[in-house]
Amino acid sequence: MSGNREPMSGNGEPGRENRAALGRVVLRGGRVIDPSQRIDATGDLVLGDGKIDSFETAAGAKYGDDVRVVDCSGLVVSPGFIDVHCHLREPGREDVETIATGARAAAVGGFTAVCAMPNTQPVTDNQAAVGFVLRQGQAASAARVHPIGAISLGQEGRALAEFGEMVGAGAVAVSDDGRPVASAHLMRTALEYARTFGIPVADHCEEPTLATGGAMNEGIVSARLGLKGIPAEAEEIMVIRDILLARRTGGHVHLCHMSTKGSVELIRWGKERGIRVTAEACPHHLSLTEDEVNGYNTNAKMNPPLRTADDVEAIREAVRDGTIDLVATDHAPHHYDEKEREFADAPNGIVGLETALAVVMKWLVKPGIIDLPTLIDRMSVSPASTFKLPGGSLRRGSVADVTVFDPGREWKVDPARFASKGRNSPYAGHTLQGVVMCTIVGGRIVHQAAG
Amino acid sequence: MTAPLGKDLLALEPLTPEQIRLILDTAGPFKEISERAIKKVPTLRGSTIVNLFFEASTRTRVSFEFAEKRLSADTVNVTASGSSVSKGETLVDTARNLEAMRIDMVVIRHSASGAAHFLAERIESNVINAGDGTHEHPTQGLLDLLTLRDHFGTLEGKRVCICGDVLHSRVARSNIWGLKKLGAEVGVCGPRSLLPNAVAELGVQVFDRIEAAIEWAEALNVLRLQLERMQGGYIPSLREYNRVFGVTRERLERAPRDLLILHPGPMNRGVEIDSDVADGPHSVILEQVTNGVAVRMAVLYLLAGGPPELAEAAKGGADRESGIGNREPLGGNRERGTGKR
Repeated sequence: MSGNREPMSGNGEPGRENRAALGRVVLRGGRVIDPSQRIDATGDLVLGDGKIDSFETAAGAKYGDDVRVVDCSGLVVSPGFIDVHCHLREPGREDVETIATGARAAAVGGFTAVCAMPNTQPVTDNQAAVGFVLRQGQAASAARVHPIGAISLGQEGRALAEFGEMVGAGAVAVSDDGRPVASAHLMRTALEYARTFGIPVADHCEEPTLATGGAMNEGIVSARLGLKGIPAEAEEIMVIRDILLARRTGGHVHLCHMSTKGSVELIRWGKERGIRVTAEACPHHLSLTEDEVNGYNTNAKMNPPLRTADDVEAIREAVRDGTIDLVATDHAPHHYDEKEREFADAPNGIVGLETALAVVMKWLVKPGIIDLPTLIDRMSVSPASTFKLPGGSLRRGSVADVTVFDPGREWKVDPARFASKGRNSPYAGHTLQGVVMCTIVGGRIVHQAAG
Repeated sequence: MTAPLGKDLLALEPLTPEQIRLILDTAGPFKEISERAIKKVPTLRGSTIVNLFFEASTRTRVSFEFAEKRLSADTVNVTASGSSVSKGETLVDTARNLEAMRIDMVVIRHSASGAAHFLAERIESNVINAGDGTHEHPTQGLLDLLTLRDHFGTLEGKRVCICGDVLHSRVARSNIWGLKKLGAEVGVCGPRSLLPNAVAELGVQVFDRIEAAIEWAEALNVLRLQLERMQGGYIPSLREYNRVFGVTRERLERAPRDLLILHPGPMNRGVEIDSDVADGPHSVILEQVTNGVAVRMAVLYLLAGGPPELAEAAKGGADRESGIGNREPLGGNRERGTGKR
């Protein structure tokens, strides 16, 4: 594994406080929650040399003048969030998002690291392209950016890409996300070959002959609106295929953006048998149903589509009980004009980095489905362990990737204020709960909320 | 006064039974205009209407155009070929350009479900949906309702079966909502591969066999088998379709009663409907076409802000002093919707 990179070598944003960065920082008086050590206690978290230094629970500790003290009273101090699934669009669609704007949006959302999917133009399917993403991420100097390489050359579903060289250049996983791996043989080979390098194969589960032309979930709403539906089975058929191939090969399959109750049941089946399957769910599939499409709202169009209330409930429960290992955003910015069209022709995807925490807070923590330590596990600890990334812990000596948030504060979503270039959010105008106050990457503050 | 239908007519699903009855009642007086030697009244004089057709259509476009002209509106027809659309202009730009020319209404036919809705949210002109993808075709639904009501007197408790490609049919959706709102019982009959998977949740009875549908129903609305949408291979052959689902004289003769036969056209004779049924004594297919003009006149009139109680007077000649003939040309009293940007 090529983990434990220290990518924070670039220049900071002008006017931002960087000088205290690699000195000592004390996050004082917050509720420190670290599920990796089963810690949930009030105290001071001390960072130094880009690492976690210590956790002091004694009140009123004194620190020297060279130490930057950030008051965290009333706030939660957590290992930094990690998003294993986002689309940063560079290279190719820099008009829509760049690695720099995406990494900044991630920092605003409390993510200290993100994994960039390889469906760029050209596709990130070789070591040079992986190196480019890594370097752009370092230059962005916000959240860490971990590249994901393609499974197949050009994501065309035929020839395997060079996993070994891509991993050598910094890729942390492989995926043809955005496109399904239609060939079961290719998927089998990818799972076998990826074992050599210890990386997960992340699959976008979609049986293409069932899903072709579909614009939303198949059901009563699609019947009413006259839109071609994507049945739940299009996902579930591939979920069970991948689980069975993981059983056959011993490879690690990671199932992206799970959206149906049936998928949850199949993953549970796989995990009970000790098969190496992990899975993610997106905030939108935890909060919204197909009803959002009414009125042909293209900001409710994504793939997999929003499903039924039953599905949403099953996904929430799966996040609670760990059947679904982690929350990932599938952040997918699009140009305003591209979404401003006939529903069937509009592209799939919504932005998610800057609303993820607040959506999970509002729809899972507030109603009591999960508690804060579980949220932090699903958004930080579990992504780090599943993809073998640095971070995900406040243990002494870990990288000082920390997120500080106010779990109670409400705010109204105004996409015009996003750091992302994307404005395509189904939560525009919604009042959400939970504000990221401070994001620290490698001991350096990369985002601090006003007020 | 606010317009009784709101700004637009996009679908029948959101309308109340009262609104549907109002349109049908308003269509009554307008029917007579088309029977005159001089088929023109000044009701919409000075109004400009664009017929924006992104999909081929003869019947619907001509019907709208007659309705507009018989109400004295100025009309322009825009079709997808030979317009800026074929140069890649987006729907929203097309609409904004038209609106910049200060039009009052847009009649839109488009291959994408939701296109009329999309337009209506973005321009201030009244929008009438003349068929959007596989969603709805509300004026077709209304003319079907009018035709059925003319024959039955009421739709309350009547049993109407919609036969054929319900999955891809905007006519079917408009019929289902309209019929149910007026109290009819609705059945659908067709191969399961051409019915929406969630069809039962639409509140209709499903018949797998056409014989059972014929035995149950008092009227059949036979849909055109959308040949151009059949690329997905939903049925094995037209021949078998006719043998299993075709509405034939032999099948109708075994029915316990005479059935009214409707078809939205254009017909595939010998596929979904046999010629001797289409041309037979119980076919009301041409009445549908006649009613289409009256229903569209009623819709135009009501959207333009015409008071329903003056519809009778509105059909009078130019010499008749009605509130309609003298109203402000651009209908300053029209309810403006949620036009944005």
